[in-house]
Amino acid sequence: MQKLETAAEAPKAKHISKRSSLQKKETIAGLLFVGPMLIGVTVLTFIPIIATFLLSLADWNFIAGFKDIKWVGFDNYERLLQDDGFMKSLKNNAYFLLTVPIYLAISMLLAILIDKHVYMKSYFKVAYFMPYISSIVAVAIVWQVLFHPSAGPVNQLLISFGIDNPPKWIADPKYALPSLMMISIWISIGFNLIVYIAGLQSIPKDLYEAADIDGANAWHKFKSITFPQLSSTSFFLLVTGIISTFKIFDLIAILTKGGPISSTSMLVWHLYDTAFVNLKIGYASSMAVILFACVMLITVLQWLGQKKWVNY
Amino acid sequence: MTIKQIERLRKGAITLLMLAISILFLLPFLWMLSASFKIEADVFTYPIQWIPAKWHIIENYKEVWIGKFPFYKYYWNTVKVTVLTTVTSAFVSALAAYGFSKINFAASKYLFIIVLATYMIPHQAILVPQFILYRQIGFFDSHLGLILLSSFSVLGTFMLRQFFMGVHNEYIESAKIDGAGHWRIFWQIAFPLVRPAVATYAILRFIWTWNDYQNPLIFLRTDKLYTIQLAMQKFTTINGEFYSLIMAAAVSAILPLLIVFIIGQKSVIEGIALGGVKG
Repeated sequence: MQKLETAAEAPKAKHISKRSSLQKKETIAGLLFVGPMLIGVTVLTFIPIIATFLLSLADWNFIAGFKDIKWVGFDNYERLLQDDGFMKSLKNNAYFLLTVPIYLAISMLLAILIDKHVYMKSYFKVAYFMPYISSIVAVAIVWQVLFHPSAGPVNQLLISFGIDNPPKWIADPKYALPSLMMISIWISIGFNLIVYIAGLQSIPKDLYEAADIDGANAWHKFKSITFPQLSSTSFFLLVTGIISTFKIFDLIAILTKGGPISSTSMLVWHLYDTAFVNLKIGYASSMAVILFACVMLITVLQWLGQKKWVNY
Repeated sequence: MTIKQIERLRKGAITLLMLAISILFLLPFLWMLSASFKIEADVFTYPIQWIPAKWHIIENYKEVWIGKFPFYKYYWNTVKVTVLTTVTSAFVSALAAYGFSKINFAASKYLFIIVLATYMIPHQAILVPQFILYRQIGFFDSHLGLILLSSFSVLGTFMLRQFFMGVHNEYIESAKIDGAGHWRIFWQIAFPLVRPAVATYAILRFIWTWNDYQNPLIFLRTDKLYTIQLAMQKFTTINGEFYSLIMAAAVSAILPLLIVFIIGQKSVIEGIALGGVKG
């Protein structure tokens, strides 16, 4: 009896061991394929983010070397709360959020017009997309010249319209941030427009046909079909847009360097300035943690909100 | 008038209006181009001379390309960094994407979630440790370091994985029965099938790397290693008042991308629409 059992199990066991050796081969192959990516992400992202958290608890000047690292607990975070420069940067970030709904509205409108109501569609796609493919450095330098307080074409135009004292744009603490916001809107439209056009193309045509039969006018169709059908696209663009305002750096670095009188300093600029100009590594890391937390918070809100606000 | 005619008239009117608005988007580029052709004294004349009164193209571009601050060097640096980053990044992403979608192993799901989770981390939150790490291991101030920084793209992996999942498993199973290993299946069957997606990703990566300013700014120090974005800014600081030259530099920096974009227009627009990806 016993003998019989083992005899019956033998081929099964052999089968299993063959299968498990196959499975082992699959696992090795799998690890080899995803290995480079895993190593890269571990070394260049995972370890650094942990290091950011650790360094945010330290007072450290990079030049001094590792031995001079001082652990100060949450002091850096307490300092942040009293740091006017940092608070000012956060406030500017908050102002910058305004750009997102503005360029979303413009992009949506342009996308609707381009999708259905114009000739030469591809020309428009390329024209509005130009700022996205051009480097921010080149674009920023052009705008810098266009906004030049005395000689720039923008102000010369305003003067020729009879405005005697046109704003000094990026050189004026009052107008510098709004100027950057304008440029940022101008840059962002292309990308959002393209995503909206894709969103529009996925709306079922029969919805509009049904509306036509019911005699709905353009505004009604927009209000009851287009806008709600685009809600998932809008939601996605809103989230990526908000996150990208937290990351703004290039425009500031090239155009204003946070000035005049820190009127255009923003979170990432302040972080960069603290870390790479003032070399306060620990303090800058605490700002990096705040940045991470902000982006994280928005991502979590996105997860929670997706179900609630997006109606298909 | 018939309804069709009214419809056409309306479409024509909207096209005209949109043309007017599109000028707002193209005008800065036209101004840039026109300024790069002028002698310095004419750059700021008002009303704007769109077509230069005195042409100075050759002199301006010659000064930019082989003058005191020669752009050809930075161009070469940028081409090198951009091409190598694009190729490495597309290759690493394709490998990982295949591994995560077509190889059945236990840890796959968890590893993928871990990789995907890093996508939430904004790059600027890890700049400082990356900088310190690079100083320690000697990758700071080198093209190799710069290339590696953008070679491990979670976005690319995610995008390509979607496409690899669309490759039918029967192809892979039958190749396996014929005795092919995963490496051969990847190269000879799966990769050719997703090539259009890889091309789309590669073009996007090319544009982002070419335009990258932040990484070169932080991770390069030596002048001769500069990429054009960095060189252009330096050029502006040096040639502060020579706007015709600065504009010639800007035109030179944008031109290759414009060409890449026009050639790969469909892929770029589709890729962006598809993944809703942002640099």
